[in-house]
Amino acid sequence: MSIIQFRQTSKHFGALKVLDRVDLTIDEGEVVVLIGPSGSGKSTLLRCINGLETITGGDLIVDGLSVKGGARQLREIRQEAGMVFQQFNLFPQLTALENVAFGPRKVRGLSRAEAQETAIDLLDKVGLAEKANHYPAELSGGQQQRVAIARALAVKPKVMLFDEPTSALDPELKQEVLNVMRRLAAEGMTMVVVTHEMAFAKQVGTRLIFMEHGKIAVDGNPREVIDTPPNARLKDFLQHVE
Amino acid sequence: METDWSVVIDYMPALLAGAKTTIYITVLGLVGGLLLGTIAGLMRAYGGSVLNAIAFAYIELIRGTPIVVQVMFLYFALPVLADIRIDPMSAAVLAIVVNAGAYIAEIVRGAFLSIGKGLSEAGLAIGLPHWKVLLYIVGPLAFRRLIPPLGNQFIVSLKDTSLFIVIGVGELTRTGQEIMASNFRAVEIWSAVAVIYLIMTGSLTLVLRTIERRMKIL
Ligand SMILES: Nc1ncnc2c1ncn2[C@@H]1O[C@H](COP(=O)(O)OP(=O)(O)OP(=O)(O)O)[C@@H](O)[C@H]1O
Ligand SMILES: [Mg+2]
Repeated sequence: MSIIQFRQTSKHFGALKVLDRVDLTIDEGEVVVLIGPSGSGKSTLLRCINGLETITGGDLIVDGLSVKGGARQLREIRQEAGMVFQQFNLFPQLTALENVAFGPRKVRGLSRAEAQETAIDLLDKVGLAEKANHYPAELSGGQQQRVAIARALAVKPKVMLFDEPTSALDPELKQEVLNVMRRLAAEGMTMVVVTHEMAFAKQVGTRLIFMEHGKIAVDGNPREVIDTPPNARLKDFLQHVE
Repeated sequence: METDWSVVIDYMPALLAGAKTTIYITVLGLVGGLLLGTIAGLMRAYGGSVLNAIAFAYIELIRGTPIVVQVMFLYFALPVLADIRIDPMSAAVLAIVVNAGAYIAEIVRGAFLSIGKGLSEAGLAIGLPHWKVLLYIVGPLAFRRLIPPLGNQFIVSLKDTSLFIVIGVGELTRTGQEIMASNFRAVEIWSAVAVIYLIMTGSLTLVLRTIERRMKIL
């Protein structure tokens, strides 16, 4: 069952073409790892899926709904496609627990008690139950990112979008976030991940996409593609990342 | 030159009545100014081109003209133009509303736009409509940054009420002037007037400091 379908999708910023007639179908349960040089359009591709960027050509279907279907439909899509940002973007005036309970309460309309219960379960799942009453400023980067993952999961999405979730973290903190993502993948969550963690891509990814100039240049099995790159530029890129 | 400070005590009731009028104009004017300024500021920050242009024109018109001219216009020109008569007191309150509103609009716009785009996107990404993002996430954060510049504006507006002497509103400065005209005790009366203003602005500063200390800037 396909859950995301790019259909000749284009995205321009003024005269700059950032996505160039992309065709891409992602099925439920896939873990798609997105790589490519800086400026190749990875973030933009991800942000088009939940409508943080408006596509300028073609169509894009998420869970059966077009991103061009208006504000209300876009909000439905966003509830099905959770996003985790490079800079965490936790709400600084709310505790970890309140951050996670926010979506269930204000978006899904749960009661305060129900939302809290959901939030506690999720914080437990990302290993931060004991930090529930801490504010983001009192947490390490890795802990903040795990709270951010819990916040996205709290709305019960069908797909999770990750935009370089570990790039802002020190090496020793990356693993705790990657471990949460591994577990999520093992539970069968559909994921689209922009990352330069090649070990993660090989181990967890079911599919690897290499982007160049707003186009999909390579699309294949992560192990095969990484071990024997089918084109010179990917080979070059992989050497840079190592 | 000899001074006789007992006149201050004699005229204290009159001076305090003037101060009361000053406070009345300031409070009413700032309540209205906050409302108007918030609306105009949000129109500037998030409105489409039409709303933005309306708010922009209003702000520039007010910031580009002196408050004395504004209150003269409200009190003397409006009746001629639109056949609306208003008493000096209403003209004074309205002048503060309109004047403070323009400055507060810029303060509100600045505070809202200073909140990083990432937080709005995080709110939108969990499926919140834009107005809820502003109400629950950006608003509370912006509010904290609003307090210091807002306090400034409150003090400016309080002192601006002294300019309404030109339309004969019996606020503190006008009261001082009237007492002066009858006894020529310039040193005593103007000292007393200045001290009463200082007490009012000082109390305002104290209240704002307390609020600021209670709320961390995030
Ligand atoms: N809001 C914007 N306005 C104008 N241009 C933009 C905007 N966002 C992105 N771009 C441009 O679009 C291109 C693709 O950006 P994008 O962020 O998708 O790249 P990326 O592959 O994620 O790069 P990186 O690895 O550096 O994150 C870049 O040239 C960028 O400058
Ligand atoms: Mg990017």
